[in-house]
Amino acid sequence: MKTFQGRVVAPGTVSAEALVSHGGLNTLASFQKALQFGDKNATCGDQNNPDLYGRQMAGKALCLPQTIGSTTGGLVIYCACAMGRQPACMLFSQPIDSLAGAGVILADVWLDGESTKMPVIDSLGEEFLSYVKEGMTVTVKDGGVVEVE
Amino acid sequence: MVLTKEQQAILDGAEGEVKARVMETVVRYGELFGAQRLVPVTSKYNHLVTSFGLKMMTPVFDLMQQLIDAGAVSGQKFSVDPRPLDKNVPANFLQKLIFNKFMYSKQDSYEAQLKSLGLIDDNAFTCTCYMDEVGNKPQRGEVLSWAESSAVVYANSVLGARCNRNSGIIDIMGSIAGYVPEFGLLTDEGRKATWIVEIKTSKKPEAQLLGSAIGMKVMEEVPYIKGLDKWLGTELDDAACTYLKDFGAATASNGAVGLYHVENLTPDAKELGESLIKEGARVYVIDDAELKRVYDSYPVIWKNADATPKLCFMGCPHMSLEQLKSWTDRLDKALAETGNKKVVIPTVFTSSPAVIAEFEKTDFAAKLKNMGVIVSYICPLMYMNNPLCGKMPVITSSNKLRTYTTARYYTDDEILAQITGGNCK
Repeated sequence: MKTFQGRVVAPGTVSAEALVSHGGLNTLASFQKALQFGDKNATCGDQNNPDLYGRQMAGKALCLPQTIGSTTGGLVIYCACAMGRQPACMLFSQPIDSLAGAGVILADVWLDGESTKMPVIDSLGEEFLSYVKEGMTVTVKDGGVVEVE
Repeated sequence: MVLTKEQQAILDGAEGEVKARVMETVVRYGELFGAQRLVPVTSKYNHLVTSFGLKMMTPVFDLMQQLIDAGAVSGQKFSVDPRPLDKNVPANFLQKLIFNKFMYSKQDSYEAQLKSLGLIDDNAFTCTCYMDEVGNKPQRGEVLSWAESSAVVYANSVLGARCNRNSGIIDIMGSIAGYVPEFGLLTDEGRKATWIVEIKTSKKPEAQLLGSAIGMKVMEEVPYIKGLDKWLGTELDDAACTYLKDFGAATASNGAVGLYHVENLTPDAKELGESLIKEGARVYVIDDAELKRVYDSYPVIWKNADATPKLCFMGCPHMSLEQLKSWTDRLDKALAETGNKKVVIPTVFTSSPAVIAEFEKTDFAAKLKNMGVIVSYICPLMYMNNPLCGKMPVITSSNKLRTYTTARYYTDDEILAQITGGNCK
């Protein structure tokens, strides 16, 4: 087991199976089809992301460097949370980007109810992303502590 | 973050719970990126990125309704990105069914919400709101709360306004609050270049290809571009602005560029020159071979790479008046050479309603129509944003459209040859 320290963007604790994107997550391309056509598993639809394409994102500990793509990215994250199809948590190795940051803040401020919650930690470092592998168990604790085993 | 008394009062609920949440959103967004204070939004108009009544966005529409019901609307009127539908654009029965019944079934109700929130008028749907004909053109130094990436990079770079690469919804939150957090591209330090790009091509580089190359290299950083004034001149005339519109959209979509400086041409670079370059800036040299390498790297994701194109989209971002006129002339000449009277591939030129209205006052409009080209206000990206288009061979010279859809990129010359029946690739 290894422990990493990051910054809390959205609070909360959770334990979930890791899903890892080594490249930037294109939020719109990844979530659009799932949100539009009622896929509760939020299957990743981004053909340009070999790490995630076709994988279930809902309920997973989504580990990534940053998000990329359309500036609708933030509202896509907001919609995913509102519809209960968000990952269990989002864990960024780098400081969060402005699009994902906006979506996370919007969801945290405007949505109520446990089903919409998504803890988010950023600045976990490059070692975090090289250490964590798909299928590992990731636990988010208070204060930005992330355990991987 | 240090707030003024007025800002703190809004956050504490002096103007109601919903407005307090709006302010909380803006403050927390700023704190995330180290902003020390909020600064007033000073542009006359705002611009929103969310123009489409996509069913998946129902939570956003619910949020918009909360704002309307609470009277938490902005004093700023706004333009918004293009409409996703236009009956003049070719679509088969199945596509129409999916567009109207499944994807954009919320379009009418969402447009009603936009009117309640402050839409300028029924024609204010375009990604190029900064065109003179549209009239949402910020002045240098003005602070914006925009989100559309191609408009943000144009406003920052060509107009010298100040705006971060915000997400949708944050754009309207900043406008309602009347303040945006001061960080990144709003600061002098954040507008300095960390890349020097040297253009060493043997001819004027294709705007969309050059923007793509720079975007993929520098990602979200600020480039200072040397050698482009050789091809564009030193004045921001219609041709230069049109070039920079397409170039910038490619930097912002193939990368995440929010601001670029062109030596001797764009306003910050003209005033401040190389003092805009940060110490230790990296250098990226672009020559003919580098542009070819970038072009050759684009994947073809059509199901059949050799398929005959069924549709051509030009105008992502929306075409300028200058572009509509010059393309009419180019098509006229090319068709005369090939002996065809009309384009041989269904072709749609997209532009803003206001630019189209001006274009229709000219003789070019009838000429373009006679050559079989459809002029539309649609957003080609939204048109292609459905599963059926994955099977449809669409060509474009827009690197933004290529990036977000299955459309295949060709240079302007190649597009011209294909749609006029010339030397098809």
